[in-house]
Order: sequence, then structure tokens, then C-alpha cells
Amino acid sequence: MLENFSFRTIIEYLPLFGQGLITTVWLSALSFAGALAVGIVLAAMNLQRSQLFRIPAKAYIDAVRATPLLAQLYFLYFGLPRLGFVLPELVVGILALSLNSGAYIAEIIRAGILSIPRGQVEAGVASGMTYVQRMRLVILPQAFKVTIPPLLGQAIVLVKDSALLSLISVSELTRAGQLLASDRFMPAEGFITIAAFYLLLYYCLKGLAGLSSRWLGLQPARSST
Amino acid sequence: MIWQQLQSLAGSYPLALRGLGMTVMLSLISLVLGTALGFGLGILRTGGNRLISSVIGAWVDLIRGTPFLVQIFLIFFILPEFGIELDAFTAGIIALTNLAACFICEIVAAGIRSVPTGQVEAALASGLSRWQRMRQVVLPQAMRIVLPPLVGQYVLLIKDSSVVSAIGLTDLTRVGWLVVQRVPNGLLVFFLVGVGYFIVCYPLIMLARRLERRMGAAHGEVQL
Repeated sequence: MLENFSFRTIIEYLPLFGQGLITTVWLSALSFAGALAVGIVLAAMNLQRSQLFRIPAKAYIDAVRATPLLAQLYFLYFGLPRLGFVLPELVVGILALSLNSGAYIAEIIRAGILSIPRGQVEAGVASGMTYVQRMRLVILPQAFKVTIPPLLGQAIVLVKDSALLSLISVSELTRAGQLLASDRFMPAEGFITIAAFYLLLYYCLKGLAGLSSRWLGLQPARSST
Repeated sequence: MIWQQLQSLAGSYPLALRGLGMTVMLSLISLVLGTALGFGLGILRTGGNRLISSVIGAWVDLIRGTPFLVQIFLIFFILPEFGIELDAFTAGIIALTNLAACFICEIVAAGIRSVPTGQVEAALASGLSRWQRMRQVVLPQAMRIVLPPLVGQYVLLIKDSSVVSAIGLTDLTRVGWLVVQRVPNGLLVFFLVGVGYFIVCYPLIMLARRLERRMGAAHGEVQL
């Protein structure tokens, strides 16, 4: 049993956990920004009429969705040096998370844009708007609204996925737990503490998702995490 | 150079097959167990008992709110402290089953809630028992909503099984990791690993999409 559970050790290691938590937060935020960029480009390509854009975007999205993040991470981690890019683990990790989440975000954005009723577009055409005007003034503002809750859902997934970066020795939150487990042979203290920190992040993002859908006048979010 | 590497890779194909077998077995066992458990939990979650429902809800939140890697570490390193000795395979199965059950529970609960109350009332008025109502009226209608995300969940499960390589199980990802120590071509090795997963997952993704279209399932509940 856990009768030797040592809160003292946890408190002693708290600075380490704090650092890990901060690293997890900012690297997730950075990866999310990267993923948004990747996702917007992919979604735009996917919505073109020309197969020239659509096929590569679809192939990329399918390839990412049908393979595990860990394999993608190792692909970049062991593969990039081969191409002559010797990058720090942290950069490789952020790159992997951005490229992975980007594929999911592309689908969220695409679904958001396609959810706008056809009549809206036709009304735009009838009012003599150009393609860009229709996009900017009619479709995107409405699509933006419906994508916010699922995007926050994806942010939750991303934060959890970032735990995998500990396996390429990025010193984020999970790594801090592993250190405590291996230095002091205290896996319980290490892993329960980081689980609590992850839950904290989870409830923050979940609360935000709930609030956002209320603000935006959508139905209460059932985030698909 | 590349030729030598290819030869060396060809030499490790029995290992790769074993890894793929391990991945499929892990996924399959926890898929079956997780589905059964998930349906049970989902039915209990919507069963009307406040206490049971909120306990399940809290557990599901706990599992959804923590990374799977951390859950595996918790199970593998901490259950032994409670006197439960586990090998890595059992720990992996427990972690994957629990994860699948939690997600499937929410999918099933959403499906059951989507069935109009009138249906249940009609069944009640026809004198059907609780079990008959669930089996003959509610579940068949709920399946329309449940099926597409359920298949999507299976894809997630197969992919998540790669994380158990962290506790030393020789699954497909671990095989890639082992091989890359010998054949220093990460691009090629993990490309092949990716192909392995793709072959297993892609048909399921296609199936999920087709089901989604056929069942006319509503708005973006599926996440592959």
C-alpha cells in the first residue's frame, strides 16, 4: 500500500514539477499555434476545386490520422538528422505536435466551413459579392464560431499528447515525474503529482470550452476528446 | 550503403511481424474488453441513478484529463505497491481497456440520450421490462449515433497501443525503435512502421467515414 507516500518529497521536488508544468504549457501553446497554421493551410487546400491541391492535403491528413503520434515523433527524431537537420529535442517535439494536430485541426476547420448552409453562399452570390468577400464577410465569421469548441477539444488532446515528448527526453511535466520515479524510486509520488497537474490543465481548458460555447450561443459543448 | 541497409532491414522482418502481431493482439483484446465494459458503463451512466452516474462521470473525466502515458506508468509502477504484481503485457491491456471503456462509455451514453423520450414511454406503456426496453427499443436506435464514433475510437485505440512501448512491450513502434539502433536510417525505418499502422488503421477510418455517411450521424462527434 501507499503508507510511505511522501508529501515531503513532492514538496521538495515542487520547483521541478513547476518548471515541467510551465514547459508543458508553453510548448503546447506554441505547438497549438503551429498546428493552427498547418490546419488552415491544409483546410484551404482541401476546399479547392483543383485535385492538384486536394489530393496532397487529403493524403497528408489520412497518413497522419492512420499512424500513431509516437511513431511520427520517432520518424522526425531519428529521421531529421539523416536529412542534415540536427535540431534540439524540444524543437523536434514541437514540430511533431504541430504537424500531427494540424491534420486534425484541418478537418475541424473544413467541417466548420462546410456547416454553413448553402443558402448563405447563394445569398452572397446573389448580392454580387466576390469569392473573397463571401469568404470574409459571410462564411468565415459564422464558421469561426462553430470551430471554437472543437478547437479547444483539440487543445486538450494536444496537451495530453505532449506527454510523449518525455520519451525523447524533453524535460516537460511527465519527465519531471519520471525523474522523481528513477532518482528516488518514488513512482507513486512522481506520477500521481503530474497526473494532478495534467488534470488541472484539463479542467481549465474544459471550463474554457464550456464558457466559449455559452458565449457563442452554441449548445453546451460535448467536446470530442 | 542503402542496399546494405535494406538487406539488414529484410533481416529484421520476423521481428517486425512479431511487433505487428503484438500491436494487433493488444488492440484486439482491449477492444473487445473495452467495448463490453464501455457499453455496460454507458448504460449505467444513463440509468437514472445519480450516484452511479456521477461516479462514472468523475472516473471518465479523470481518464480523459490525463495523458495515456501517465496512466500506463501509474498502472505499471503503482499497482505493484498494492500487492498486484503485473507484467508489462497485463499492465498494457488494463490501461488500454480502461481507456477504451471510458471513451466508449461517453459515446454510448450520448447515443442513448439521443433516443427520444417518447420511444421509452411507448415501450413503458407497452409493458416492456427495463431490459427489454433497453435491448429492443433504445439500443437499436442509439446504435445509429454510436457506431461511427465507435469505429473511430477503435482507430484511436490501435494508435494509443503504441504508447505501451514505453514500458518495454515489443510492439510495432518498439520494433522500429530497436531496429533504428542497428540500421541508422530513421526515415526509412519509421516510414515502414507507419505503413504497418496505416494498413491496420486506414480500412477502419474508411469504415467510420462510410458509416457516418450512411447513418447520417450528426455534427462532428467523430474524431479519428
